Amino acid sequence: MRMITLSDIPARGGSPMTPAMALFMLALATAPFWLPAVGLYQYLGIEVAIWLIFALGFNLLFGYIGLHSFGHGAYLGIGAYAFGLFQQEIMVSLWGGLLAAILAASLAGAVVGAFLSHRRGIYYALMTIGFGQIVWFCAIKLHGVTGGEDGLLGIPRPDLVVGPIRYSLADNYSLYWFVAAILALVVVALWRLVNAPFGRVLQAIRQNETRARFVGYNVWLIKWLTFILSTAFAGLAGGLFSMAQEGAYPDVMSLHQSGLIVMMVLVGGGLVSFWGPVLGVILYFVARDIIGGVTETWLLWFGLMFVIMVITRPEGLAGLLHVVGARLRKKSAPGAVPVRKEA
Amino acid sequence: MALFVAENLRKRFGARVVLENISLSIEEGSVHGIMGPNGAGKTTCFHVLTGHHRPDGGRITFDGRDITGKKPHQIARLGVSRSFQIMNLFDDTVVIENVILALKQFRRNGMNLLRDVFSDTKLIDQAIDVLDQVGLAHRAWEKAAELPYGERRALEIAVALAPEPRIVFLDEPTSGLGTEATRALAVLIRKLRARYTIVLIEHDMRFLFDLADRISVIHWGQVIDENTPDELQSNKWVARSALGEVA
Repeated sequence: MRMITLSDIPARGGSPMTPAMALFMLALATAPFWLPAVGLYQYLGIEVAIWLIFALGFNLLFGYIGLHSFGHGAYLGIGAYAFGLFQQEIMVSLWGGLLAAILAASLAGAVVGAFLSHRRGIYYALMTIGFGQIVWFCAIKLHGVTGGEDGLLGIPRPDLVVGPIRYSLADNYSLYWFVAAILALVVVALWRLVNAPFGRVLQAIRQNETRARFVGYNVWLIKWLTFILSTAFAGLAGGLFSMAQEGAYPDVMSLHQSGLIVMMVLVGGGLVSFWGPVLGVILYFVARDIIGGVTETWLLWFGLMFVIMVITRPEGLAGLLHVVGARLRKKSAPGAVPVRKEA
Repeated sequence: MALFVAENLRKRFGARVVLENISLSIEEGSVHGIMGPNGAGKTTCFHVLTGHHRPDGGRITFDGRDITGKKPHQIARLGVSRSFQIMNLFDDTVVIENVILALKQFRRNGMNLLRDVFSDTKLIDQAIDVLDQVGLAHRAWEKAAELPYGERRALEIAVALAPEPRIVFLDEPTSGLGTEATRALAVLIRKLRARYTIVLIEHDMRFLFDLADRISVIHWGQVIDENTPDELQSNKWVARSALGEVA
């Protein structure tokens, strides 16, 4: 069976109001009302939303342009520390902190990306791990700035201030609404981006870098920009994460976290669909909480699921849904089998 | 004045000198052939001319402009296009997107976030026009990877033509084609010569002698002769070294 790819699902310009988008927004807008009812809790919604921002930005790099970073936890961590340091050293400000998180992560991304962008494949992957470890090591060793292995503790959740309105984000319920609003903006922006010419160029570079270069694209520049863009989203997620956790610690940027995001995106089907990372993140957290409620060894079962998925449907959950959907459509309309003239 | 000039190009990989001394002068509107035995340095020569490799010495000018050492995308944007001996396409996507991605109008909007791709009918019409030139318009919405070999060859050429280049470098376009497809390709190139300057690496001598206005013969990384096909056939040395049974 031929593997399907992102490019199989056609570009859809125009309005982002697709059924998948509607479903996603509906779930986002109603989560606080049904999360406790199904035995889960409010904080899970925040966690999932933050990881979704991280994962969707990451998939720009991983799925769309096909550059495999195994060190993206570093930028999540940089965002978390930048947010915390801004609150503790400069001033308590929500927007200031988030901006600092985005800027710090993208600045680091710009420097690292400059070293990476003439590479691809295994060399690219190894270098991202190398740089990720450097950042992690710095976070542990720079006691004076980062608090060493303890990290930054007691990071406040600043109030949301828009004009004269002041809204406290101290409880998880209100923080969820804030994070969900940011996630909604991120989803619409990214959806637009990947369906615009820019997104098609990213996919062209994934398919054939040489050809892209010879039809006139500055491949190095585009690879660099995409890396920075993905680190900016990671930084944003990191800033929100330190706010949710009220702390930042080296664990956030460990190799483990970097691997986790790759696994989520792969299991969900980020290589096949814009919505792949969404499925992957949700599956991971639901597995953690539901299987984790039954057994301590939940990661073993999740790992097994990952292995089975890679063996049977390497395109992930989104790929599975796509194939099942195509089959159902064929069954319900047997006359409508696509006609293809064989040469 | 010639459109594309290479003077005394040299290129070595480690201890291996691949291009010893290459000089070419390609007139606007001509079909210029490049021939020579295997390993003579023809493809390396194309790689150096189109920016894939940086030359170790010598000078390349295009339309009076020095392009020596420029990057492939910079050279491409000036109006130099190429195809590859080994197929180089965007395989996961449909035929027409291969062409759209190469259109100048699309590339200039490549960073635009508000435009749509496939709802721009002007781009689609333009891409269909290009596909029509190589006889692939009926395949526009099929996956590039699923085309038969000969049509993939034609698509290579379509992608090279899409940016409206002034000069097109074709690296062995007949390689792997049957007699029938080769004949069709000759017809196509004869049609294209009215609009583009064409440089052609070719092993198929009948094909090349039939189409080219002038031919440079490369051997041991040097241009050992350059002349019209008729004159070349009378050169015994060239005949023996490169032409084989045809001459």
